[in-house]
Amino acid sequence: MILAKVVGTVVATRKDERLVGAKLLLVQPMEPGGAPRGGHLVAVDTVDAGAGETVLVVGGSSARMAGELKETPVDAAIVGIVDSVEVTSGRG
Amino acid sequence: MQLARVIGAVVSTMKDRGLHGRKLLVLQPLAPAGSAAGRALVAVDAAGAGAGETVFFVRGREASFPFLPERVPTDASVVGIVDPRPPDAGAST
Repeated sequence: MILAKVVGTVVATRKDERLVGAKLLLVQPMEPGGAPRGGHLVAVDTVDAGAGETVLVVGGSSARMAGELKETPVDAAIVGIVDSVEVTSGRG
Repeated sequence: MQLARVIGAVVSTMKDRGLHGRKLLVLQPLAPAGSAAGRALVAVDAAGAGAGETVFFVRGREASFPFLPERVPTDASVVGIVDPRPPDAGAST
């Protein structure tokens, strides 16, 4: 999984029917130290995350194990709101 | 799988039900010689690993397998801890 910051929401009226009702958030992946890393992602929110929060994002087919997403066409899901990140040694 | 060093931990109270009670570790992937090789990531611990240890982790769908039949939504899991190297043969005692 990666850490990311919630930077916005995505509203899409026209979409695959399996995505109807899914909350879509725009997230910026980040290094454990907090610096942005890589391009933005659209992720399905399953834990009621809000703007500005640091979240845990799972990718790939494992994203469909989050919440009730079994047959939903998603490859990124927010599975946790991060309280804190502790980096004790090495690069972060 | 890939080698990595455990460099930290993530605390998350509000999370998917499948992650409750699971240890979330920050990993730095390593080259065999021990230097950093790739971006840090967060993985669920399935091997009892701790900070500073060298481990190997699995990515993708298979990362959820150690926890079956429980459904744990993870795309990276620590599945082994690398044994510390024994002292070189011939070292003086």
